[in-house]
Amino acid sequence: MSQFAFTELEIQRAVLTIGVAAVCSVSCALLGCFLLLKRMSMLGDAIGHGVLPGIAVAFILTGQLTSLATLLGAMVFGVLTALLAESLASSNVIAEDSSLGVVYTSLFAIGVVLVSALRYVDLDLNCVLMGQLVLVPRNTIDGFAILGVEIPVAFPTMLLTLVLTLAFLTVFWKELKLVAFDPNLAQSMGYSPKLVNYLLIALIAGTTVSAFEAVGLILVLAVLIVPGASAHMLTDRLAPMLIWSAVFAVSASILGYFTATRGRYALDISGMIAVVLGVQFALVVLFAPRHGLIAKWWRNLLLSVRIAEEEILATLFRAEEAGVVVYSLALKDHGLSSWVIGYAHRKLIKRGLLTTNEAELPTLTETGRHTARNLVRSHRLWESYAGAVLDVPADHVHAIAARIEHYIGPELQDELATTLDQPPNDPHGKSIPPK
Amino acid sequence: MQSSLSSAVTTKAPKLASRISILDVHDVTVAYHRKPVLWDVDLTLTEPCLLGIIGPNGAGKSTLIKAILGLVPLVSGSVQVFGQSVASQRKSIGYVPQRESVDWDFPVSVLDVVLMGTYGSLGWFQRPGATEKAWARQCLDMVGLSDFADRQIGQLSGGQQQRTFLARALAQQADVYFMDEPFAGVDAATEQAIIVLLRKLREQGKTVLVVHHDLRTAPIYFDQVAMLNVRLVAAGPTASTFTDENLHKTYGGRLAILDRLSQAVESQTRTR
Amino acid sequence: MFDWLPYNTQVVLVGVTLLGVCSGVIGCFAVLGRRALVGDALSHATLPGVGIAYLLAGGKHFAFMLLGGFVSGLLGIGVLSILKRFTRIREDAAIAIVLSTFYGGGIVIATVIQAQASGGQAGWDTFIFGQSVGMIWDDAQWIMALGLVTLVIVALLFKEFKLVAFDPAFAHVQGWPARAIDFTMMLLLLVAVVTGLPAVGVLLMAAMLIIPASAARLWTYRLSRMLFLAAAIGAGSGIAGALLSSSVALPLGPCIILFAALFFLTSLMFAPERGLLARAFQRRRDRIALLADLRAGKEPI
Repeated sequence: MSQFAFTELEIQRAVLTIGVAAVCSVSCALLGCFLLLKRMSMLGDAIGHGVLPGIAVAFILTGQLTSLATLLGAMVFGVLTALLAESLASSNVIAEDSSLGVVYTSLFAIGVVLVSALRYVDLDLNCVLMGQLVLVPRNTIDGFAILGVEIPVAFPTMLLTLVLTLAFLTVFWKELKLVAFDPNLAQSMGYSPKLVNYLLIALIAGTTVSAFEAVGLILVLAVLIVPGASAHMLTDRLAPMLIWSAVFAVSASILGYFTATRGRYALDISGMIAVVLGVQFALVVLFAPRHGLIAKWWRNLLLSVRIAEEEILATLFRAEEAGVVVYSLALKDHGLSSWVIGYAHRKLIKRGLLTTNEAELPTLTETGRHTARNLVRSHRLWESYAGAVLDVPADHVHAIAARIEHYIGPELQDELATTLDQPPNDPHGKSIPPK
Repeated sequence: MQSSLSSAVTTKAPKLASRISILDVHDVTVAYHRKPVLWDVDLTLTEPCLLGIIGPNGAGKSTLIKAILGLVPLVSGSVQVFGQSVASQRKSIGYVPQRESVDWDFPVSVLDVVLMGTYGSLGWFQRPGATEKAWARQCLDMVGLSDFADRQIGQLSGGQQQRTFLARALAQQADVYFMDEPFAGVDAATEQAIIVLLRKLREQGKTVLVVHHDLRTAPIYFDQVAMLNVRLVAAGPTASTFTDENLHKTYGGRLAILDRLSQAVESQTRTR
Repeated sequence: MFDWLPYNTQVVLVGVTLLGVCSGVIGCFAVLGRRALVGDALSHATLPGVGIAYLLAGGKHFAFMLLGGFVSGLLGIGVLSILKRFTRIREDAAIAIVLSTFYGGGIVIATVIQAQASGGQAGWDTFIFGQSVGMIWDDAQWIMALGLVTLVIVALLFKEFKLVAFDPAFAHVQGWPARAIDFTMMLLLLVAVVTGLPAVGVLLMAAMLIIPASAARLWTYRLSRMLFLAAAIGAGSGIAGALLSSSVALPLGPCIILFAALFFLTSLMFAPERGLLARAFQRRRDRIALLADLRAGKEPI
């Protein structure tokens, strides 16, 4: 139990660190959603790498790391990365992805060389890449405290970034939505997609660099795209997607912090938040209600159970009609597994559509017969339609109808009947049962 | 090289003369997710012919060719070429894909692309030699591109790119050719040159299936037509098949219910 | 030739030359197959495997670390293809997701290594930033062996790779196992990445694949020539980068990439036909010729 007990200092440290990580993650996640929707996910990566020479240059010029100059330098290089990659791609000499790759890796290499050349000064590459979330609570603003708690330097910066991000999203909401969905339409309506794009890119570059020192490049890259992708698995609409991405970002910050710090070793917090984001994404990919892998598999299973149920009913109805006795419900030619058929059988009995007669053989109940008649009506109407209107030869219509009848609802059934003038018989000469 | 070509044709000729059908498409259904693209299509060719596959956009014309060639999975049905599986008959099949399907900026020359047609008869690790190169040049000559052999493919016009693909298919020395919209985006002169070439193939006893969407030229170009709109509306000799009634069935609004049905199928599988 | 250099630098030179050749050649197929950024995702995806292998082996066991990187790279390929095939996640997002989460995992494992063995960390962090100093003869042997195997495979399967990279559907119709051949190309990409990690590092390995190939593409219209050129540019940047790195004590990876970028920039400017200058001149010539025709009153054809 003891490992779950916190000292006051630990709580304070946790709150501050998580606060910085969460605020930073939320701004990145919100902006990242648009990169994701515009299919420019790797641009986040590119900007993240491309700002490094900007930081280095600003540092050389001003000699300070946390200055407005750094921010400006990084924003300039972030936009430059995007601009260079775009013009290289549009000059048609190299494919789009390679253009991006060439530009950001080259800029990053320049940045690393610059930073390495400056290594005698206080700009640590490790810190830029991995971030120093552990150090966040120790790096406080001198002589400034709220409720006796000293506030870390990173906190107001990140808060400002978040406010700016939210303001940008509110002001440009309509434009962003339009540009993300249909840039050509936006252009024709007089909203410049380029302007909106570059505003977005500049903001991402700014957020990235203000996040660097606290959380590091690695978390920025993850938090730009992964929460948005998880959110996109859950919803199809923009506003809920943004909210979900923020929820994922915050919860990952909290979970990541505790997983990293409460174990045997003190692990890298930024890295752990990225891992938690990955785990969240994996869970959502599996369990999302509509787009998840398991949901898809489950829907297919439900559908085959329904098809099996209807096949059983129809088979029994036809057998009754022809006066034959059905001994087995194997239904092999429909490609349904015996497990599905067995389950459908039990379900039909439970629903009171099927029962067993004196000879222990499956028979239809009165309700079952009614449902089955309706099904067979759909089937035969479709056969007639296929035969009469689509000119499908009589020996072929059964195969088609047997698959299609499961989808014909009452409305479509009526329409088929009307089109065919309420035919009494199907192409095989069998009577079409009334409704 | 010419002699080896003609000998290749004669050795394969008895196969054509026998009773085995050239192509047998049986009950083929293809769907993307739950939406049917081809529905229960049957098509049998017993005599060498020049067959046009026609139908409106989204009728599954290209999909039919891809399904025959094993490029898209079948939901049900089977395909046989010369009475055997397609996989075992690869050497007698030629293919002209849609022009947009490849990257025309790829660093290969026109001759390189045509040489790819000979890869099927080469084994693993084996490089095309002088014989193959001479044959590829001959194929280029047949489509009138001899002077362009060493050009990069990106420098060609649309019609020339299409003819390059045609030359590649010729280099395959196949018995059955499948061509996906060979007339799309080509100039009138190229179109004429291509159709002359196709007729020549037909005279040599080859079978050519062409996805085509120009209704005005269809009855002039092809001796057989297959009219497709998700299902096969009609197939047979152009004179008796290319009728107003069939055209109406293929292009007309009669398939509204099929549409509604595929919508119903989709909505039920999506939202349940 | 380089015997005025210390032995260690000679080993490094041989290693980076082969590495440059190998990643240049494989990079061509990656760039042409629109997989430039997949290479970046794979190089980041190797990191957790390298770290776990380090932990399991209890120290820097070079071959074992490469194997670990290869295995976790394979996992990355698996995740990429599952996301692409079965979910609504687009390829660009899938690449970014694999890249950042695997990399995050790698960093977490790095801190475990740091915490576990004080001082034993040496040799591990070269996989992130890349370094030459750590490259001893045994390591170089591994790099050479893997590089040579890769080159032999490319030489043997050149025809098949070319066909599948250009037109996979046609390859399938001709009866080639197009998917298997494509997967082989992907595996070679992964092998190239893993081979380059200890020298260039996770962060810049993708550049080794993308930049020489993209530069070579500007000079030629032939795949075979593009491969040779990319190999030459890769090897050239490798040697130049290693020499610079050893003389001014900068990390090897960025130095190599700087030279590769220089090659690229030169190609972009001065390459015949596709270079920016050549294209500008061509446009000018075309315009002058057109204007002359116009003044002469020539009819267009």
